Amino acid sequence: MIRTYRDALNLALREEMQRDDRVFLMGEEVAVYQGAYKVSKGLLQEFGEMRVVDTPITELGFAGVGVGAAMVGLRPVIEFMTWNFALLALDQVVNAAAKMLYMSGGQYNVPIVFRGPNGAALQLAAQHSQSWESWLAHIPGLKVVTPATPADAKGLLKSAIRDDNPVIVLEGEMLYNTKGEVPDGDVLVPLGVADRKRAGDHCSLITYGKMVLVALQAAEQLAQEGIEIDVIDLRTVRPMDVESIAASVRRTNRAVVVEEGWEIAGIGAQIVDFIQRECFDDLDAPVVRVHQVDTPMPYAKNLERAAKPDVAKTIAAVKRVMYVEA
Amino acid sequence: MLLQRRFEERCAEAYALGKIGGFCHLYIGQEATGTGAIAALRDDDYVITTYRDHAQAIARGVPPRAVMAELFGRADGVSRGKGGSMHLFSREHNFLGGHGIVGGHIPLATGVAFAIKYRGRDQVCLCFFGEAAVNNGAFHEALNMAGLWKLPVIYLIENNRYGMGTALERASAINDIAERARAYDMPRAVVDGQDVLAVRQVVGEAVERARTEQIPTLIEARTYRFMGHSMSDAVSGTYRSKAELEEHVKRDPITVLRSMMQERGEIDDAGVAALDAEVRAVCEDAWNFADASPEPPIEALTENVVVDTTS
Repeated sequence: MIRTYRDALNLALREEMQRDDRVFLMGEEVAVYQGAYKVSKGLLQEFGEMRVVDTPITELGFAGVGVGAAMVGLRPVIEFMTWNFALLALDQVVNAAAKMLYMSGGQYNVPIVFRGPNGAALQLAAQHSQSWESWLAHIPGLKVVTPATPADAKGLLKSAIRDDNPVIVLEGEMLYNTKGEVPDGDVLVPLGVADRKRAGDHCSLITYGKMVLVALQAAEQLAQEGIEIDVIDLRTVRPMDVESIAASVRRTNRAVVVEEGWEIAGIGAQIVDFIQRECFDDLDAPVVRVHQVDTPMPYAKNLERAAKPDVAKTIAAVKRVMYVEA
Repeated sequence: MLLQRRFEERCAEAYALGKIGGFCHLYIGQEATGTGAIAALRDDDYVITTYRDHAQAIARGVPPRAVMAELFGRADGVSRGKGGSMHLFSREHNFLGGHGIVGGHIPLATGVAFAIKYRGRDQVCLCFFGEAAVNNGAFHEALNMAGLWKLPVIYLIENNRYGMGTALERASAINDIAERARAYDMPRAVVDGQDVLAVRQVVGEAVERARTEQIPTLIEARTYRFMGHSMSDAVSGTYRSKAELEEHVKRDPITVLRSMMQERGEIDDAGVAALDAEVRAVCEDAWNFADASPEPPIEALTENVVVDTTS
């Protein structure tokens, strides 16, 4: 049935908590307040305060509580009100969760999900408008998931909860109200498998998360000009489904990579590196990246709009690799 | 304690020979704290600690062979040669690791205790850290939640007076650091960390409180590190005087225990000598075992990054 992205996440949590009593949700405002973005609505009433746990404002602390609980067999879902606040918890995510299996010689895996909204919303300014996926995807031991649609949100979160590794789920504040068909029942979306969201032969648009919506809008407009776009939604940026990227680029011979974050050391850089190594002879044009302008996010509406990647910038990038006059 | 002492003397020797690399932090002088505290636990309780972890692993029952092999970076090491001195783990002994970021593991202990309460078990978690860790946010955040949620955890400050080279009174606004427990509505205790029986007694009371009433405790064990912070640090260094060190060495925890036992007639000089010979043989065996253990296979490099399973 048609559901919002928010409800799809809520359903994934509810189903997994019903299925496995080791799964619990912990974070700021997840219980009594029902979630800062209402993702956890109704869960406290259904599962009680031991399994839906409000915390003090203490990101480092409760992230570490989750890691400790996971080491001894529970399956925590740790909600960060936003990933901007999670910087305080990165020691736990990076030094504890991601490395425990390795430095213990395989003795202690950490089955934990860290989730929450990532990237910019509207006019939240510099400290609340950041995309952290390249930071997180840099770390061996983590998986990083970036659902774009309600169906993927549900299916990927369910897979993330069942995965025996630490999994980062990057949601989007601007996505929570978006709607789409969500299959009923226990339908999983596997981690590490991309999805071709639109088929076309002229140019590949490789993206993930919220930028999938931008890419699809750009593709729609370009179709009116006779340019058919292959939209590859990575869905997981680590591990990355590079085979799907290569297959698309080999079909279209051109690629644009769209990401919400900054250019330097971004996910797009990794994708372009892969394409130049594996698809060098298939390319008819250099790959072009679309990303946030290299500044902190400004508050003013016009400046914010200018800073973000958008449909117009994406279309311009496609025309550039197509050698079409803009 | 004697085994731990002799073991770490061999560690220092191995480090000088290049058989042990990286950072290596010795526990010499502090053995009574770890030994007494761990002696108060059951086998199904949990221990989590800092990077100064060799002696505590041994106190918890991890075989000296597996500890030495880990220090040598060998395949038979307790962490298969992938953790090293600072990251000894043994699932078999509920020994949840040596952790290398000061204070970073304190929230993990709170999480272990949360899991115990979640499941309605009567286990406890014992968490060691140094006095310097009480000044960082992880300590405060972790203890606040344990106090708030009433979790079965014992936080044991090993106050060895120096965070690397910075004395307690140069780092903490209050010197009586067990007092910090008041901020978390938590019982507190101060104990002579050089007296293994006193430590066992005080930790035992906290364990009982955690096990039966799910009340966390903050304990400060006053101890002293006889060696440098790590192998790259001089024994006395620029931050403490030789006279101060010598004064503290007079209260060597092994001597304190031996005197007590001799006064009670529980051991004589011959008994001590026999014990010493016995532990020296164990250490020699551990060294030989570690030396003969193969290096980890090159495939191990990319193993254990992630697991392939779901559940």
